Amino acid sequence: MKFASPLESHVLFTLGPVPVSRPVVTTWAIMAALTLGAWLVTRRLSAEPSKPQALLELVVETIAAQIHETMGVAPDRYLPLIGTLFLFLLTANWSSLIPGVEPPTATLETDAALALIVFAAIIWYGIRALGVRGYLRTFAQPSIFLAPINLVELFTRSFSLMVRLFGNVMSGVFMIGIVLSLAGLLVPIPLMALEMLTGAIQAYIFAALAMVFIGSALGEAPHPPKEPTT
Amino acid sequence: MNWIHLASILGATFAMAIGAIGPALGQGRSVAAAMDAIARQPEAANTISRTLFVGLALIETMAIYCLVVALLLLFANPYA
Repeated sequence: MKFASPLESHVLFTLGPVPVSRPVVTTWAIMAALTLGAWLVTRRLSAEPSKPQALLELVVETIAAQIHETMGVAPDRYLPLIGTLFLFLLTANWSSLIPGVEPPTATLETDAALALIVFAAIIWYGIRALGVRGYLRTFAQPSIFLAPINLVELFTRSFSLMVRLFGNVMSGVFMIGIVLSLAGLLVPIPLMALEMLTGAIQAYIFAALAMVFIGSALGEAPHPPKEPTT
Repeated sequence: MNWIHLASILGATFAMAIGAIGPALGQGRSVAAAMDAIARQPEAANTISRTLFVGLALIETMAIYCLVVALLLLFANPYA
């Protein structure tokens, strides 16, 4: 029995000189669906919310509360990034429920792109909160001799974000494929339910770790992070 | 099936088998400690479980690294 390598993706078509693979098309579809959904729900906002608007408000407020609890700062500045990351990852991980669709997060390239976004966001928010000089000074905390380790940590954090998401989602897809080829049609359904749970947890963990990393880059910002209250 | 294929398959198997032991022990310890903490202080359950999830994710990374190494050996082996 021969399985396709999970490390390479097939090119569907080429757009000029750029090859476009299957996960990229899935990502575009998810982006379009999320954008369209958000636009449709927020098109007519009212003080007495309809059912979709109430649901969306609940989601946004929950994410904002999580950001506030984890980072200890006002969530407004970080809500767009963290919320989009979480919702995109949740949709992407659960997109395998549609027959014929593989989650784009099961390929290394998508996860690398997401981890790069977080990597850039850590530096961007750190510089915005502390200034270039202040941000560079955080690398010399608690001592200048630890600067190389702090610098390495910046890269390994993003790398581990990428590998963790890839490993979890891809292993689920792979396992379902193996069981399906061995046992038959309806047998992998419990595994798919487990995979939904894993997908939701991984989306949460990716967003939570992004919060923690950005929060630690803020360092001794003007608003010191206070103890999260339960 | 030459020697390199055999060694790669064995290497992948052992990487996963041995590499899963450490994270399993670590995750067991951290979950036990979190249960203990929640039992002592149920009102802090929210904070504890959030920290627990993030910590579990960090521990789990070790096993995921092993998985990636095993996959590299099986599917992207530079010597085979």
